[in-house]
Parts: sequence; C-alpha cells; structure tokens
Amino acid sequence: MTIRLGADIGGTFTDIVLDCRGKMTSTKVLTNYAAPEQAILDGMDQVLAEAGIGYGDLEIVIHGTTLATNALIERRGAKVAFVTTEGFRDVIEMRTESRFDQYDLNLTLPTPLVPREDRFPVKGRIGAQGQELAPLDEAGLQALAERIAAGGYGAVAIGFIHSYLNPAHERRAREIIAAVCDLPVSISSDVSPQMREFERFNTVCANAYVRPQMASYLDRLQVRLTERGAGCPVFMIHSGGGLVSVQTAAEFPVRLVESGPAGGAIFAADVAQRFGLGRVVSYDMGGTTAKICLIEDFSPKTARSFEVARTTRFAKGSGMPISIPVIEMIEIGAGGGSLAHVDAMGRIQTGPESAGSEPGPACYQRGGMRPAITDADLVLGKLDPDNFAGGAIKLSMDLAEAAIDQDVGAPLSLGIEAAAFGIAEVVDENMANAARVHAVESGKNIADNMMVAFGGAAPLHAARLCEKLGIDRCLIPQGAGVGSAIGFLKAPFGYESLASRIIPLSAFDPAAFNALIADLKATAERFVRQGTAGAIQSEITAFMRYRGQGWEIPVPLPDHPFDAGDADLIRGQFLDAYARFFGRAIDGLSGLEIEVVTLSVKSADERPAPERVALTMGSRAVQVTEWRDVFDPSSARMLQTGIVARDSLASGDRLSGPVVIVERETSTVVTAPFDVVVQADGSLLMLRKGSSK
Amino acid sequence: MTAQDQTREIHMQVMWNRLISVVEEQAMTLLRTAFSTSVREAGDLSAGVFDPQGRMLAQAVTGTPGHVNTMAEAVLHFITEIGRENMFPGDTYVTNDPWKGTGHLHDITMVSPSFKGDVLVGFFACTAHVVDVGGRGFGADAKSVYEEGIQLPIMKFAERGTVNATLVALLRSNVREPDQVVGDFYSLAACNDVGHRRLIAMMEEIGLSTLDDLAEFIFSRTRKATLDRIAALPRGTWTNRMVTDGYDKPVTLVATVETRDDTVNVDFGGTDGVSRWGINVPIIYTKAYACYALKCVVAPDIPNNWASLEPFTISSPENILNAPRPAPVALRHVFGHMVPDLVLGALAQALPGRILAEGAAALWNIHMSVRPVKGGAGRRAEILMFNSGGMGARPAQDGLAATAFPSGVMTMPIEATEQTGPVVIWRKELRPDSGGDGQYRGGLGQIIEIEPAQGHEFDFSAMFDRTRIAPRGRDGGQDGAKGSAMLDDGTELNPKGWQHVPAGRRLVLHLPGGGGFGDPAQRDPAARAADVAKGYVTK
Repeated sequence: MTIRLGADIGGTFTDIVLDCRGKMTSTKVLTNYAAPEQAILDGMDQVLAEAGIGYGDLEIVIHGTTLATNALIERRGAKVAFVTTEGFRDVIEMRTESRFDQYDLNLTLPTPLVPREDRFPVKGRIGAQGQELAPLDEAGLQALAERIAAGGYGAVAIGFIHSYLNPAHERRAREIIAAVCDLPVSISSDVSPQMREFERFNTVCANAYVRPQMASYLDRLQVRLTERGAGCPVFMIHSGGGLVSVQTAAEFPVRLVESGPAGGAIFAADVAQRFGLGRVVSYDMGGTTAKICLIEDFSPKTARSFEVARTTRFAKGSGMPISIPVIEMIEIGAGGGSLAHVDAMGRIQTGPESAGSEPGPACYQRGGMRPAITDADLVLGKLDPDNFAGGAIKLSMDLAEAAIDQDVGAPLSLGIEAAAFGIAEVVDENMANAARVHAVESGKNIADNMMVAFGGAAPLHAARLCEKLGIDRCLIPQGAGVGSAIGFLKAPFGYESLASRIIPLSAFDPAAFNALIADLKATAERFVRQGTAGAIQSEITAFMRYRGQGWEIPVPLPDHPFDAGDADLIRGQFLDAYARFFGRAIDGLSGLEIEVVTLSVKSADERPAPERVALTMGSRAVQVTEWRDVFDPSSARMLQTGIVARDSLASGDRLSGPVVIVERETSTVVTAPFDVVVQADGSLLMLRKGSSK
Repeated sequence: MTAQDQTREIHMQVMWNRLISVVEEQAMTLLRTAFSTSVREAGDLSAGVFDPQGRMLAQAVTGTPGHVNTMAEAVLHFITEIGRENMFPGDTYVTNDPWKGTGHLHDITMVSPSFKGDVLVGFFACTAHVVDVGGRGFGADAKSVYEEGIQLPIMKFAERGTVNATLVALLRSNVREPDQVVGDFYSLAACNDVGHRRLIAMMEEIGLSTLDDLAEFIFSRTRKATLDRIAALPRGTWTNRMVTDGYDKPVTLVATVETRDDTVNVDFGGTDGVSRWGINVPIIYTKAYACYALKCVVAPDIPNNWASLEPFTISSPENILNAPRPAPVALRHVFGHMVPDLVLGALAQALPGRILAEGAAALWNIHMSVRPVKGGAGRRAEILMFNSGGMGARPAQDGLAATAFPSGVMTMPIEATEQTGPVVIWRKELRPDSGGDGQYRGGLGQIIEIEPAQGHEFDFSAMFDRTRIAPRGRDGGQDGAKGSAMLDDGTELNPKGWQHVPAGRRLVLHLPGGGGFGDPAQRDPAARAADVAKGYVTK
C-alpha cells in the first residue's frame, strides 16, 4: 500500500498525516468535540489538496482517538445495566477499600461507572478451578432481561466471578438478555479474561459505557468518508499499538483507550528500528503531560492493565483500572503549560495543574497570570519570543517575568533567572525521577538507553533530562510534532489475547498448555486476519512468579508445541528472566514452587523492516551567525549561545553545545555537555562530548 | 541572596526531590519481590533513608502509618545496639523486637548502613509483615510474647555481604513457611541494597561527600513549616475517652492532647491496664498512630521525616497502650488502629466542626487455617484477608464506605484469595443501613460470607472490634452500626481468638459502619432519596 493516511484525534488538536508514495504531508486542525469526524475531514481536505490526490486514491485510513478516554474522564457514556454474581454487587464501588492519599481525610473517591441501582446480582457461581458451584438462575435472568429492556438502558455489561476460567455462565446470560433486549451486551470473559474481579468488572463496564457512542461515531465517520469517495478500509489503532478493524473496535471500544500515546510509542519504535537502536526510551512532552516509554528491540513494552481518568493530581489509585493489553508508559503532569508554585516548605512544585491552551502560560498574553514551564523556558532564553509557533503566538517576556517573580521568585527571594532555572530544574528532575522509577519497575537501567524525543516541548528539555539520567545520546526525529499520527502509519495489524490460569510447573500438563496457547493464538490471529492475508508472527509470553508472590514477570516462551520435558525449559527461562529483572538472582528461593499466572499470545502481520539508516557522527562545522543569551545549567548563568535554523542544516553538519536549533514548531536546546549532528533523514542527534557510545 | 546562594537553594531542592525518588525505588523493589501477602496485595511496607545519626530524611509514599512512623524510631535502636565500630560496608541488620521495631513479631525491620568509600553516609531501612513467625500464629491467644513466635534481637543478617547462616538455619526451623519467610528476608535486604546503590550514584553524580548539608536543608525547612502549623492551633488541653470491645471485657482508652508553643503532646494516662491477651500495644506503635492522627489534621501536606515528626510527643504510664515486655502483642494493630479515633476525639474539642466522626477503625483481618475434614482428601492452606468497615462522616461529606482508615492497606481480590486456598467467598458487598445518620452519613460497612470448600473445614483467628460498642457520631450525628461475627446457623462468635467453622457452614461477618456527622434533620433530602434509590438505606 503506497497511499496511507493517519488521523489522530487528541484533546486539543486533530493531527492528519498523509504518506503518498513515501512523501509525507501533515496538518493540525482543532479538535471538534461535537462532530469529531468533521475535523478529520477538514484536515484530510487540506493534505489531499496539497498532495494533489483525491479521497478515492487512498488505500487505507488509520485512525486513533481519545474519544473513548474522554467519555470515561468526563463521564459522558451510556446508561449501563451491569449484571453480576450475587453477593458481589458492589465490587466496582468498593474498589480496593483503600485511600489513594494517606493524609487527606476529606478525599473523594471516584464514583463507579455504573451506580448501585443499575447493578443487578443473579444467582450462579463458578469456583476457583472453573467448576460450577451453583447453577445459573436462568428464570431470574429472564425476568431481569425484561426489566432491563424496560429500563431505558443504552448498553449491558455482564461480569461474573471466575469467568476468566469458565465463561459458560456469562455466555448463557448474554444469550438470555440479547434475546429480550435490543442492546449491545459486553461480557467480561471476552473483554478482559484476566483474574482480579475489580479490574475485570470495571473493564467490562467501561466497554459497555463507551460502546454506543463509539459505534455511532465510527458509523458516521465511515458514512462521511464514503460520501466523499473514499472506498478504502478504515482501521483503528488500539492501546496495545496494533490495528484492528472498525467492527472489532465497535465491539471492544475500551481497547481504543490511550491509542494516541500508543501511536507516539510506535513512532519512536520505528525511529529506533530505522537507526538500529536496540534500547530506546521515548520521551514525549506536550502541553499538559510528559510520557515516557521503554522500547526494546524496536517494540514498546506492554502491560496487561493500566489506570485511566485519574481524578486527583494524576495520583495512582484516583482513577479506574482497565485490564487490557496496553503499551506501558508512565505519564506525569509535566508539560509546557504545567504551572509552578511554592509549597509550605519553600519547595518549588510544578504541575500537574496546567494552564492548558486557554488562558495558557502567562507569556501567551491571554490572561494567564501564573507561571508555566513555557514561561520559565522563555526567561531562560530557550525560546525566541518573536518566533514561537512560527510567529503565530507572540510571547511576552515581561508577563513571563512578572508571573515567575510573583509566584516563585519573591516568595523564595530568588532573582528572576534563578527562579526560572529552579522551575525548569524541578520539572526536569520530576521527569527524570519518573523515567528512572519506570525503568526500575521494568527491571532496566535507564542510562543504558538512547532517548528519542518528540512532542512540542520535549526538544527544549531533552538534553538536560539526558544529563540527569546519564544518557549519552538523544535523537530528535523529523515530524516530531505529529509523531503519534506518523506512528499510526507504521503500526502492524496486531492483537494480543490473554488468559489467566494458575499453572504450577510441578503439575505441568503439556496437552492442556498447548490447547490453551492454540486457543489464544486462534483468537489473536482471527483479529489480525481482518487486516492482512500475509504471514503472521506470534509471540508467546507467560507471566510467572514464585508461588506466594503477587507480582509476575514476563517470560518469553518459544512458539512450538510443548512436551512434558519443557517444564524444565520454562523453569530455566523464568530463572533467567528473574535474575535479569532484579539485577541478580535472589538467594534462598530454590525450594519454592514456580507458577504461571497468565498466558499471552501477541500476533501481528510481518512487516518489511524500514530502510536502515546508519547514525552519522558528522564532522562538518557550521558557521554560526546569530547569537542570544541562553541559560547554561552547568554554570548556572546566562551564556552567549548560537542560534541556528534547522532547515539551514544538512546531513553531516556538527555543532558543539551550547547551541539552539530552531524550527517552526519547537527549538532543540543543546546544552554544553552535548554536540549535535544532523542525520541523513534530517533527525538531530545529540551526542555527549567525549562519549564513545 | 547571592547568585551562589541562589544556585545552592535550587541544587538542594533538586537533591531533596531525588532522595524521595531513591526511596521510591527502594520500596518498589520490595513490592515486586516480597512473598508476604500483606506486602504484595496490600502494599503494606515502608522504606526510608536516614542520616548517620539515624534521623529519617525521606520515606517512600507508601505503606501504613504503623510501619512508617515506627521505622523512624527503630533505626536509633539499631545504631545504639550494633555500634558504629561494628558497622561495615555490605552489612544488613535485622530485628522483629516489638518494642524496638514496629510492635509485633510478624514485622521484620532491616537496616543497612550506606558507605561511600569508608565514610558512613547514611542508613536505609525497610519493614514488612511476613507470613509466619512460628509460635501460636497470628492471633490473640498467647499469654506472653514468648508464645508468639521466634524473637530476633537486633543482630546482623549479613556482615560484609555474607549472610548469617546460623540465623537463617534457626529461622527455618522455627517458622511454618520457611521458604517464603526466608525469601522475604532476602527481599528486604535486596530492597535496602537498591536504595544504597542509587544513593551512592546520586552522590557521585552531584559530587557530594556527605549528606550533612542536605539533611540540614531538609530538616530546617520541614521544622519551620511544621512549627508554623502548630503555632496556628489553639492552646489548651483536651481529653477524650473511648470504650472498645477488648477480648473478654471492654477496654477503656483515654487520650489527652496538649498543645504547647512548639510541640503537641498526647498522654494516654487513664487508659486500662495491660491485658492478659495479645491485644497489647508497645508504645512505639501507639506513638506511630497518634502522630499520624495529629499530622492528618495539623500538617497533612508536610512530608514525613525526622523534623516533621519530632514536634509530636507522647507520654503514658504502663497500660494497654504502653505495654512492657513480655506482654503478648501479636494483635497490637487492633488497638493501634483505635488510637487515631481516640486522639481525633480530643482534637475535635480543640477544633470544633473540623474532625470526622468515629469509624470502624480497626481492619477486620481474618487469618484462616484450612484443612480437609478428617479422613478426607484436599489441601491445607493459610489464608489472610484484609477487610474494612465504614469511615466516619466528614464535616462536609459522607463517610467513605468499606475503606481502610487509619490503616493504608488494600483488600485482596476474592478471586486471588480463592486461588490461595480451598474456601468459597459467597458474599462481599456493602452492608445497607450501617452508616450512622446525620447531616452527613457515616460510610457503610460490608458483609462477608465465607465457606470452607467442599470436604474442608477451617479455624480462623478473629481480630475484630466495634462489635459491642458502636463507632460514635459527632456533633449530633448518630452512631454507626456495630459489627458482628456468626455462623450462618445463627451461632454467635467471639470477636477475638481462634474459632472453628465446620464443613458446610458459612462464617458471616457484618463489618461496622461509620458514625454520622451533624444533625440528621439537616440532611439534604436529595441525599436521602439517593440513599434509598441505591439501597444504602432500606428503612
């Protein structure tokens, strides 16, 4: 396929990228909340005209959207009837029975997606080995189905205890309800067949909650595209970073949550593959948040669950869990618009509160009175006040200084520059800490990675972040401003299916194991087949632990039939992974049982590898003609710094920091410890001086 | 400020931040490797970094107050007993001494010195509850601490990187789950090691040879902020009395809060004497929860460190909240968890209209020992569940239903619990009509029903309170509902001690609801209607 279009609906902008026979055209239009498809069409009109082709020439449209996420955050979903096991009506309300803030006695917990009056218990119970402990009350369900049909509901969710082991009751309940109600019915064993009832029940409720809205939106989008003559298929990017058909997306819309950030991670993975970089940390910093993701061997790390719609300061536990395969990333409240203040200890704090685009940072001159990261960046000389966003927004140095002085400088008796430096240091330190802890959670050392930085604010902070993390090399690719949408174009047709099964290795049953993997593979491949007729690759992962532990580590397994002797192979793989994960084997554990808790099969179509580009270290010196004072963090003072336009540079050019490379959307600040080298594809490589890597 | 001072200020702020990140990594390691149910499922652990004098610099934002605040004191005991001259790089020290650690034998505290070259720059400490320590198990029935399990005085777990094999052998032969317990010892040591490596890397990157300047910066800032808050409190003395179930007879607890110029003291004089059952509390644990309650009201946003805890002091004659060795203390958490409600009741007199009503307070933990019925086939298992009743209503909001307070632990998924051992949990849901009425309603308790799996029976250790005396409402709010423990045939059970559930019977627990706040007549009619629609209130 040579003419492909990617469309990413974000919170503020809708990004459109067209790849027409290798030539990229992109645009950003404001997101239209009332009719999201309209913004896509407006953007498409622009890029198609620019490329001189029509809707009929498109061969595929790949789409990602935050609409599902927003519906969960803003609680604008369907009225859902939740049918659940008797005795467990309140699982999604009782949550983990804990407070996410230990010291705030007035805290508010998120309200459940489905209120108690709409949660309906029915008799019937599956046991922990998948056996039936009590039969399903079919007569009761029949009566309940009629009640739901008359109740004005928009969708039905079904979640029964232990259904991940035995879905029979859930499937039967769906039959009975679907026979009476003309409503979409989601069952937890389909949506999220993982152990842990709170997470699974909440996930199936979330799926039902966004389902009518997403189905109607996807319908409208397809109709409008067809009207304009686009005959090509539309695929959706899901949270795990693969593509699924629109039909699958309409059935499992919860899988679309966080698809935009997934596109960003795929973008970074593609850059990694192009340059042959085995270990990469992607760093995406926009207006409100920064997202950090580890990419190993060109694939982003994935997880089996995540939390969305955090209600309080991005605090862990203040949102709701969604247990589906997802690209694992850490997101913190650190963006260009994040606001700074001073706390009771005289400590500078930044974010998560953000000035957003309205009123924006003080320097935008739109009424913002509080200092944001962008204000600090301006005062530190990292931004050109007359040339921000290509001159579209004129920045006011006076307003930035006044806001910083009022909220940070005066309270701490710091001068303006020192206060701005303090703000920048704190936000950079927060990002560095988040990245470091995220790496530890994954058993990795952050300094072993190369950074790929994108998003409007990332190039301003990347060099300093690398200094703090001990990272020697950082790549700023072209098109960084619409990275997610570009990432969509690189995504494979892919699907991950999961199943929770406790399998002690001492009782390893190869036949059952093979059957389970075959089943998962069939499911995953069925979804992939909707998009491709080509070869499909599968990765098998067992999530394992010592019995008694609560945390499983991913253990890659070979894709071949297992026999009885393979228990030793699996044990060996686990021990290797364990030692790798924690940096060393932990002694004293040899007597313990090892068990598999969850199996995963991730299938994707085979993709031709992108053309390899060698990193160039460059040596051609560049004459610098323009200078500006920019703050130098190492010496903590302003320094005369060269300013160079990115489009004036050519492959192989090398400059020594400190220097600032400016372009329309952003500026790349190269601090004193780094050199910068322009790559063959126009990317900028920051390279620590004297580093051999 | 000179330019140099300004740069130093920013530098210090950044390092403080980094130090908190170091202890977060330390805690994360423990969370990932621990075997203890309460650590892995409930996040019940703590981790912190200390200066060479044993003053806490920073702690991970996790864990429960009982661990955090006790660990802050424990490190001082380690320094005294080991002695600086016996400390070497690669050492790790351990204890489960209830009076020098965190209040009962089940908690293992480990402390490791952090050396940069030959210089001792600080200590790392961590604490976690392990699955077993031998003895009578996790229950109230011991007559003294000697019956409660193996006691490890402050000693070396590892010297210069070599683990104390004698200790490990002794431990193995004294506990029921030796592999898991020993696994947890190694996890705790590994967690301190991660902290140590990160700290040294940070000091090398920044070019620090000691933490002294940073410590001074952290303590002076924190002390000033804390004292400002204390200065804003009214001056005076306020006393509160609270009666609780006890084991076989009610126990009265008394607290007197006194605000002074730069300290707040809580005195527990008037409290009933030491119990013959394992519900006594070492003062170190009482202090932890008293300080927690004060901090929630006075300085909730100030990070925990030596300087933020120092202005809060405790005094008490010997009694159930200051029980001396060798009193049995295995269930010290039950009364420990009552201490915040007790202290807050006194503060409510000082700060009228600002303090929440009483709630269920103590967690309703259940430890089950399941076995096949005599002559039958099946499996044995030890199962621990954490469950919470309702919190008291707040001054402008209803109480939180089925939410742990003051403990910070989480409950476990019942699907995971049923995988752990042969039991069936038939019910775990909110308990209607259990929240005390008021302008703001108390949080609901919950109802739990557990049956041994077919062909099995179990004994369980009850650790429940508020079954005989209800959580009290505040400012005209009504009391929350009392809890109860029974069998499904109506047999009433004792709220504490080991008891039996035969095959085919269900254990039925009704957890207490929280007290209400304010006059019920003032409750918003819309809130009342919603309560009825949702079935929170049925009558």
